[in-house]
Amino acid sequence: MKVGTREVIRVENLTKYYGKRLAVDNISFNVERGEVVGFLGPNAAGKTTTMRILTGFLAPTRGDVWVAGYNIISHSLEARQHIGYFPEAMPLYRDMTVRSYLDFSSRLRGLDKNRIKTRIEEVVDICHLEEYIDVLIGKLSKGFRQRVGVAQAIIHEPEVLILDEPTIGIDPIQVAMTRQLIKELGKERTILLSTHILSEVSMTCERVIIINEGRIVAEDRIENLSSLISGSKRIRLEVEGPSGKVAERLRQIEGILQVSYEDSHYIVECSAGQDPRGKIMETIVQGGWTLLSLESIEMSLEDIFLKLTTEGETSQ
Amino acid sequence: MKNTTTIALREFKSYLASPMAYVVTGIFLVLTGFFFSISSDTYYETSIRGFLGIGSILLLLLASVLTMRLLAEERKMGTLELLLTAPVRDSEVIAGKFLGSLGMLTAMLVLTFYYPLLLMWFGDPDWGPIATGYLGLFLLGGASLAVGLFASSLTSNQLVAAVVAGGILGALWFAGAAADLLPEALGEVINYVSLSYHFPDFMRGMIDTRGIIYYLSITVLFLFLAIRSLENSRWS
Repeated sequence: MKVGTREVIRVENLTKYYGKRLAVDNISFNVERGEVVGFLGPNAAGKTTTMRILTGFLAPTRGDVWVAGYNIISHSLEARQHIGYFPEAMPLYRDMTVRSYLDFSSRLRGLDKNRIKTRIEEVVDICHLEEYIDVLIGKLSKGFRQRVGVAQAIIHEPEVLILDEPTIGIDPIQVAMTRQLIKELGKERTILLSTHILSEVSMTCERVIIINEGRIVAEDRIENLSSLISGSKRIRLEVEGPSGKVAERLRQIEGILQVSYEDSHYIVECSAGQDPRGKIMETIVQGGWTLLSLESIEMSLEDIFLKLTTEGETSQ
Repeated sequence: MKNTTTIALREFKSYLASPMAYVVTGIFLVLTGFFFSISSDTYYETSIRGFLGIGSILLLLLASVLTMRLLAEERKMGTLELLLTAPVRDSEVIAGKFLGSLGMLTAMLVLTFYYPLLLMWFGDPDWGPIATGYLGLFLLGGASLAVGLFASSLTSNQLVAAVVAGGILGALWFAGAAADLLPEALGEVINYVSLSYHFPDFMRGMIDTRGIIYYLSITVLFLFLAIRSLENSRWS
């Protein structure tokens, strides 16, 4: 286990206004050394703004941020030295080759002069860019540009990686590659990864912070989060028999809250702590119908997220 | 300093890789060459005054065009985000960009060295005014680049940056013309802050410390404003 002894990112009561518009509303969270944390939220939730503050690109309106032990305002340069940043949409100089760009990045980020050449080879190898090293960045496809983006983020071997939507807009194979890369990087580094794709979080992260409309709506380890939210369990059934009658009989079973019928499947919602699968089977057999399939639906992050964010909206 | 050099070198190489720099250099050489040959032909004099006269005005336009993309393009493309999150001071970013463009300007001025070399080939030019003329062009060019860099820091639109730079430089250049219409005391002040007022001395072969100080002050002032404007963008 890579449980850290010290917080690598510490955010306290962070608030950011753009003019009058509130983008981040008094959020606090920590990321410990070695953790891979997902920063999850819909577009315009405040993810990018928060990351831009963490990296020192924007100053907060209120609140404090420490990265690698340095305050991002008062000791900005020291803090920035420990950050590798992959900004949203990965902007790069199109008129440079991959090699010259990585050379530029490593110099700017203070990599030791004698290390530059070998380190460029290392990151090119890690990001599978060998064949493109002397190609102009402007001529690369989006997926390869993302890889150059990852390469520049890790070139100075930073303690913290801040990745803003690293898999957006690239093809599925490259998405899988990027996720694999993030997993590997996460073995030795602290990563804060923003995304609006829920499956990405469950695939790559150990912990998730869910943010909506500038506020943190949930924060927990992935496995806890789904049990925390899913008070009720759902079961999907496929039954051969008269649909009206089957639904009616199912509703009468103790512990079943609701039965709906869609796409020739019954979705059964059970009250918390109940598992009426045995009874369902019995009922169907008694009715003389045939049970074709039965499966329980785990509440996905998608559902959790919907639930959390809509609850947040209604409570306002 | 190391960071400044890294940024300056990147900018300079970026100029060499862009067609725009070559077009601008070409236009500069054609126009200055034309005026150089006309003045040499008409007045039978072995001086580069014809080149300096048109060159000084062209420099204003050229500086606006050379600097317009320095920050505006980075802001538009988003690359500014990576630059400003690197462990680099805002002042180093500005200094690097300025030196990169100054390098380009210097290269262009070096390309015009063949005017005085031609004079040497065909006659016996007075090297004093030639040297001070180049010094004047260099100082004026530096000041103009600083103004342009400041304009580029204000916007993400290159065209706007160029127009703003051209506007500021034009106003500072032609302020001298307005000075004649004003009461003497005020006119003098206006004259002093005018970019054009100090230049003729350099053309005549004089080194006026006031002129040098003036151009350097304009340079420092606008570089300072550019740094502030960059800092400001973090707090928006």
